[in-house]
Parts: sequence; C-alpha cells; structure tokens
Amino acid sequence: MAEKHTVIVTVLNSAGVLARVAGLLSQRGYNIESAIGAPTENPEIYKISLVVTESKEHIEQITKQLNKLVDTLKVVDISHKDNYIVREYIILKLDVTQKKRLEFFQLIKYFKANPIDIAPNHIILELSGNPRKIDRFIELMKPFGIKEFIRSGEFAMAEYQTPKKGEKNGN
Amino acid sequence: MNGAEILIDGLKKEGVDTIFGYPGGVVIPIFDVLYSCREIKFLLTRHEQGAVHAADGYARATGKVGVALVTSGPGATNTITGIATAKLDSSPIVVISGQVHTNNIGTDAFQETDMVGLTRSICKHNYLVKNILDLPHVLKEAFYIARSGRPGPVSIDLPVDVVTAKLKNYNYPDDIKLPGYKPVLRGNPMQVEKLARAINMAQKPLLYTGGGIVTAGTTEELRQLIDKTQIPVVVTLMGLGTVPYDHPCFLGMPGMHGRVAANKALMECDLLIAIGVRFDDRVTGPRHTFAPNATVAHIDIDPAEIGKNVRTHIPVVGNAKNVLEDLIEKVKPRVKNSWNERTEYWKEKYPLTYKKSKEEAISPQFVIERVNKFAGPETIVVTDVGQHQMWAALHYHHRQPRKFLSSGGLGTMGSGLPAAMGAALGKPENQVICISGDGGIQMNIQELATCAINRIPVKLIVINNFYLGMVRQWQDLFWDKRYSQVCLLRSPDCPDECHGPNENCPPHKYLPDLVKVAEANGLPGYRATSFSEVDEVLKKGLAHDGPVLMEFVVNRLENVFPMVSSGKPLSDIMMGE
Repeated sequence: MAEKHTVIVTVLNSAGVLARVAGLLSQRGYNIESAIGAPTENPEIYKISLVVTESKEHIEQITKQLNKLVDTLKVVDISHKDNYIVREYIILKLDVTQKKRLEFFQLIKYFKANPIDIAPNHIILELSGNPRKIDRFIELMKPFGIKEFIRSGEFAMAEYQTPKKGEKNGN
Repeated sequence: MNGAEILIDGLKKEGVDTIFGYPGGVVIPIFDVLYSCREIKFLLTRHEQGAVHAADGYARATGKVGVALVTSGPGATNTITGIATAKLDSSPIVVISGQVHTNNIGTDAFQETDMVGLTRSICKHNYLVKNILDLPHVLKEAFYIARSGRPGPVSIDLPVDVVTAKLKNYNYPDDIKLPGYKPVLRGNPMQVEKLARAINMAQKPLLYTGGGIVTAGTTEELRQLIDKTQIPVVVTLMGLGTVPYDHPCFLGMPGMHGRVAANKALMECDLLIAIGVRFDDRVTGPRHTFAPNATVAHIDIDPAEIGKNVRTHIPVVGNAKNVLEDLIEKVKPRVKNSWNERTEYWKEKYPLTYKKSKEEAISPQFVIERVNKFAGPETIVVTDVGQHQMWAALHYHHRQPRKFLSSGGLGTMGSGLPAAMGAALGKPENQVICISGDGGIQMNIQELATCAINRIPVKLIVINNFYLGMVRQWQDLFWDKRYSQVCLLRSPDCPDECHGPNENCPPHKYLPDLVKVAEANGLPGYRATSFSEVDEVLKKGLAHDGPVLMEFVVNRLENVFPMVSSGKPLSDIMMGE
C-alpha cells in the first residue's frame, strides 16, 4: 500500500548531485512529491529531503538504490521515527474581501501566520510548521479565496542523534 | 605535465595495456601522447560502439578493467549502447570521452553533448572533469569504482582545455577518498550461520548461481560446496562455465529458454540458495509464481538486489567468495537423497534434443554440437544476441568461467563481434570463437576490417536463417505467424503477407553475400549449406591462422526450445515438436 515517506539523503556536495538523486528516482519509475536540497553547516556536505508516496517495498528499494550512489553518505527514511522535527514553509496569496478581513486576521493570529504584504485586493501570508498544520491551514484559508500558494516541501532534523553503525551499506 | 600526459600516465599506473577507441577533434591532444606511447596498445575500431563492446569483451575475458577512448558529441553518443550493455552485466569498463572547452559547455558548441547527463542512468558512476587538479584522483577513483564491489562502467568526460592544461607537481594518488562508497565484503556471520542451518535442514535444496561467481573469482569454492553437499545447481547465462556441463549436479540454465530439469527444480525446491544472481525476469517468469515452495536465501554484494524482485528470507550481503568460504566450513556434508534422484531423472527424461530437419538444411543446434568437437576447454566463445545465443548457451559444452561471453541483461545485437575482438586481444593465448546470427553480425560488421588489418584471430561463425529469428519465433508462436519485418530477404517483389518461406519467394540471393563481405574485408569466408559440409567448414575455418568467417545456412524456421512463454510460470514449458 502506498504511503507518504520522507527520506533524508546526506550526500557529498559534488557537481550534479541533486540531478543524480532525482534522476535515480525517475529512472526507476518513482514520483517525487517534493525535493529540497541545500548545503549544510559543512560546505562539503549537502542534504536532500525527498517526499515520495510509495509502498514499503518500493521505499526499501529507493533507499537501497540511493545508498548505492557513490556520493551518498547516509539515507534515512524518517517516516516512522518520532525523534525528528519535520517542518515545511508556505507562502499564500489570498483574495480576502474587506468584510471578511476581521475574521481572517483572528484566524491567522491563532496559527501564528505572518502577513507580509497587505494590499487592497490581496494579502500575502507566510507560515512555517509541521506539514499537517500547513495542510490544515490551507483548508481553513480556502473560504477566503486562495489565489496561489507555494510550499517548500518537507525538511527535517533529528532532535537527538545516537550514531548508528552500519547505516550505510555501501555498494 | 599536461592533462593528456597525466591521463596516459594514470592509465599505465592502473595497468592498462590496451585501449579501444576512435579519434576526433577534441581528443587530438590525447592521441598525440599515444602516438609515442609504446607501453599501451591502441586498437582503432571502425565505430565507437565497437570500441566499447571490445573494451567490455576484454574486461569479461580477463577480469581486468577495459578502456575505451572516444571524442565528444557523436563519438560520445555512440558509446551509449556499449555502456548500457556493460552496466546490465556488471562488466568493469572505463569510457573516456572528449568534451568541448569548458567555456563552451552549454552553448550547443560543435560536437557538444551532455555526456554526464546522457550516461547517468547507465553508469555505475560518471565524471565531468572541469579542473586539471581533479584529473589524477578522478582517474584513480574511476578505476577503483569500476572494478570493486559490483563492477560496472564508469564514464569520464574530459574537456579539451583540461586535456591541454598543465599541472605542476603531478603525482598519481595512492589513496582513494570515497567516504560514501564502501562495498561490504564479508557476509554477516549470523546470516551465514542461519543459511548453513537452513541448508543442513533442507530436503530439496537448490543452488541458483550466476555472474557474481565469475566476478568474485570463486568457481573453485562453488564447486567445493557442491561436492560437499551434492546440492543440484542451476546456472544462469552469465554464470555458464562455473559448473562444468557434465557435472552430475548441474541441471543447466534456468528460465525462459532454460533446461526442463532446471525449471522443474526451481518450482519444486524447498530451499533456494541464490548466489550472485539478480532474479531477472527472463529467469523467474512472473515473480509471484517463482519458486513457490522455497525459503529463499540470497547472497549478493549489492544490497539493492536483495528483495528487489523476489522476497528473500535469508539475505546475505557480501562478496560471494568470502561468503562461500565461510559457508563451506559451516555446512554438513550431505549425501544424495531422493531429491537428487528426482533432478537426475528429469535430466534424463528431458534431454536437450532437437528434431533434425529432414531436408538438407542444417539444424542450427547441430552446428553448435559440432563446435564442441573442435573447441577446447581454453576456447572462449562469444555470442551475439538472438536464437543462436540461446542455442549456444544450451548446446555448448561449458567447462570454465570467463569462457562464454554474452550480452545477457541488455541483449545487445551487434555486441558479439567487437566483444570477441576485445576478448582476443585480452587473451591472445586462447582461441576465440564468435557465434553470431545474420541479423546481429550486420549491426557491427565494420569490425571485420579491424580484425583483418590487425590480424585479430576471431573465428566468426554466422548462423544464417535469413531471419531476425527470435522475433520471428515469437511471431510464429504468439502472433499467428504474422512475420512482420523479420525476413532479411524481403523485397518489394514479396506479397504483402507472408507466413514463411514458400514458392512465391523471389529467387534466393545472398544479400549481403557474407563470404564476399569477408573477402572484401580481407579475411577468408567459407559457407556450409548442408549437414555434410558443416565439419569441413569448421575444420578449415578453425585451422586458419587469422580471422575467418564461417557461414552456416540453416533451417529457416527452427525455433529455440524449451521455451516458457512470457508471462507464464516456469512450470509451463513448451518442448517444441
């Protein structure tokens, strides 16, 4: 049964490494829901957060294949781990009528969403948080008239890490 | 030293004695260094595809890394099929391609293609070297990656300005820094122990072994395990030769064109010990029907292969040699039981036979059988892809590893002749016989001239049925004999619909006339059209000193049997007439 998985891939910051990771998934017929990659505190190391909706067997195959890439240092599927802080960021543009604005501002205050541009015919908001909170927020914003939004995709960090031996199997 | 000199020096340090390739604009600086290099032999092929298949054939025959060198653009794209062929069969090659000046990358410059992008999904790893400082360690890493762990092709793309750039204080590196690449060699002892216990308990154990045995160089240990445990064994196309054809435990090749005994054993075994195989669909048939009664143990150096296609109960990640050594110690000697008797009964009941055609037209299987009479244990047989490949796999007497080379995973028509060329250069002391079909040979026929002019003594056998026989066989069996675009004699004079050779066929022509093609390319060509001529042609051809072409005009409608149709379980075997 297909299920959403967030996979954190730690790789060497080498040329084309994002294309290698993304290419590997598409080459084997897996769809990437979201992917974010950026360098870390160590400029030689790059982290990619992938969200894929696949069966358990396919996820296992994906993590094994990702591990095989020469540039891969570590692959962790954090979906069933509770020691990870998962965050997502969203920017929304809404078409909020003047008469709904009071109700609107009360609601976004509750979510701690931040208005960044308020104009007569639209409002732009930003919000970061747990992806489920983002989903719920989008649902609640719908009646106010969403013009567009952009989500960052998920990324995560371990709360505390106990180094595990043999996380990387090599080729 | 400049980049070209560093490249050639690095190749020497890696022990490269032969390069296969083709020059072009941006690689002239490299060829200029080769001009005065005496330690490395360069084989100028007639097409870049030939060069890569030759490097692959060299690698398969010797176990060393094969090297190809080509120019940018079309030179680079012509290597793609060869690289994919090597990838699918885990063959270690390094392909070096030229690239346009780094300033021109991305401008659609003359003969520019994105080689790194093109090869990403068919390489084990690839590099675009943008700075001369990176060249020494890239070379070192490329060879290490190609040959270690599960071997495979590595591509290195070299822009012309990197090739001409100068580097002071050049030293070929001693160490490799690849923090993300560490192949596991020793199998987990607990898992090996578990496997040994399963073997000791099994009533109907079966070994299923493949190319991993050849790569790991562990034929000896496999034979020891078989001798100690008397476990029957099926050997895939890539592993043929690791168990001698006449060994009592050898049940033959399994799969779509597998021996009946091999497939029946797979369907009945209670413990399947898979070593260095990847449960290819041509072996397993529909996955859910494969080995239904078996506990599956899988030994492989590539963890991603375990559980990829078939559910595995006892996974062992490691080098086959190390795991086999540990396993031999831990298993108890076993005597033959009723299971062995049963497999031996199948072997006897379903021998490899074929119906000899009543007419004079030669049975293709007969040609392979006669090759057995003339070939020695040291002979290397290289095949192309198609019916002749399966006949060779089934009927040839395999005796040693690295003596039967064939494009298995990718099924690359046209790979045979150039691969045989590479094998012959890698193993000059061994006789090399290339068995091809009339379709496959025409896909890289230009390399006949390469063989002739360089006196590479490939003994080329062409099984000619004037058909793309394997496709015709499928059309025959599953598509109502609608022979669409498979007859190589088909001309505008033919009727629209054709269900096989008949009285309406235009006058018979040899087109191309392979004997004349051979002669035009500077090697002798012989043709046999009847049973009585087969031995004579083989004798004459194989006795000839240099390269030679032997054409056998065979029964046009012969099919490969046994056969399991696509989508059917291995128990559903067609035996032919």
